[in-house]
Amino acid sequence: MNFTAVLAQIKPKLGCIKDNLVLIEERIEKAREAGADLVLFPELAITGYFLKDLVPEVALRLDSPEITRLIELSRNISIAIGFVEVTDDYSFFNSAIYLENGVISHLHRKVYLPTYGLFDEQRYMARGERFRAFDTKFGRMGMLICEDMWHLSASYILAMDGATTLLCLSSSPGRGIDCDSLASAEAWQQLASTTAMFLNCRVLYCNRIGYEDGVNFWGGSEYISPSGESVVRGRILEEDFVTAKIDEGSLRRERIFSPMLRDENLFITMQELRRIELKRGQ
Amino acid sequence: MSGLAVNTVLLRQILVGFVRDEVHKVGVKKAVLGLSGGIDSALVVFIAAEALGPENVHAICMPYKTSNPESEAHARLVAEACGVKFSVVPITPMVDSYFDMFPDADNMRRGNKMARERMTILFDHSALLRALVLGTSNKTELLLGYGTLYGDMSSALNPIGDLYKSQVWQLSEEMSVPRAVIDKKPSADLWAGQTDEEELGFSYRHVDELLYMMVDLRMTKEELVAAGFDIEFIDNIYLKIQNSHFKRRLPVIAKVSNRTIDRDFRYSRDWGK
Repeated sequence: MNFTAVLAQIKPKLGCIKDNLVLIEERIEKAREAGADLVLFPELAITGYFLKDLVPEVALRLDSPEITRLIELSRNISIAIGFVEVTDDYSFFNSAIYLENGVISHLHRKVYLPTYGLFDEQRYMARGERFRAFDTKFGRMGMLICEDMWHLSASYILAMDGATTLLCLSSSPGRGIDCDSLASAEAWQQLASTTAMFLNCRVLYCNRIGYEDGVNFWGGSEYISPSGESVVRGRILEEDFVTAKIDEGSLRRERIFSPMLRDENLFITMQELRRIELKRGQ
Repeated sequence: MSGLAVNTVLLRQILVGFVRDEVHKVGVKKAVLGLSGGIDSALVVFIAAEALGPENVHAICMPYKTSNPESEAHARLVAEACGVKFSVVPITPMVDSYFDMFPDADNMRRGNKMARERMTILFDHSALLRALVLGTSNKTELLLGYGTLYGDMSSALNPIGDLYKSQVWQLSEEMSVPRAVIDKKPSADLWAGQTDEEELGFSYRHVDELLYMMVDLRMTKEELVAAGFDIEFIDNIYLKIQNSHFKRRLPVIAKVSNRTIDRDFRYSRDWGK
């Protein structure tokens, strides 16, 4: 079905849950008033990104009053948002939840925690262990958190699991100033477009903005159609409220014109992966 | 060198945004910085004026009696060009009264003392004006250690610390820093006629190319030699980086507890901002 998604390109404050939730609620309300069906927020939107030792202090349980409040708000509009999750056994995850009709439809825990260069996520957080597609009012979806998308297998699994829309929540730092636009922005745009084309899926990418300790987050949130075309893209390095009109027809047409996903042979893939797995285990 | 060529429009947007965001988030509107008459501080004052509004930027020229008079004239020219507030605080009385007690001090001690004298003036004005001190050290001098620890290397925020000197030149063109300042030879201005490149023994453009390949691209020594750099030059620069590393770190703390500051007590500086 056709639906309208808003990509809330916000600037969270580092470690300030209360302030961020005020900002988030304000954007949810604005999206609802604008008639949107779904609103996306970036990775760690509730907490900010370079948390380091703040992780345990800002972590929320799924039954916390803060998450409960967001679940309540999802009766009027579907919401995808990132935060730090703490479990009963005190594991801390870089998580994203999809909220709809007053329930948590899906929880994704970031699997690929980058720990290289300027990143240090796995020092502070536990790794998620699954990629699962899930059903929503707008068809079957899959959620990825930032670095997850740089692993082909992640998007592939979600597409094979039936997702036709990939949601990617991101806190991507800008770097590389020797080209026409930011090198990291160009790389992401290429990745999102290629992923959409390979899997005949639409991609909704939501990235934050702002600076933390001199590191900039570049924004550029976008909606990429299943043909790989960027339909709408947010501003670079500035706050934005990107409205994506998602057209069911473009998905249907792409799946008819380029049925690569239909022809994808799961049997061969599994057979070869099992062979490789066995060989590696020897 | 293609790698050192930067998209100056984008770079300007990032650095202006950086100063605006990082100054405002601590609840302050203003910035203060030393203006030497050279290109690095000229570029930073242009960035700050665009980020905060020229009325919120205070530039201070702090000459010593042996400073080239042209430096103060250039500092004034830069301040007028970007419209910031400008004042002159000479450091001769303070520095001379100290060295009256140590008349045999060499140029290095005198230069360091001057740099630290200027630092105390900037941080005093930080309190006076409720303004953050902006640093003006570029990546080339930070890597080579060509600066005074707790002197010109001290600041609250440094917008150009990740730009090589060659990139400082490019961005200065984009931001319309006065031509006289862009074209003149870089100098620490400790004595008349001193130039950085003579003192260092190599040109900024040459060393920037090496630093870019060595530090940013992480090329091996063999690859650097193949790229045309002299092996002694490579070793010399590598040693300079290594031997000045202490200047780029906080003081070393002896660890005795379970949570030692900066080792296993880790928070971003923007914690809660």
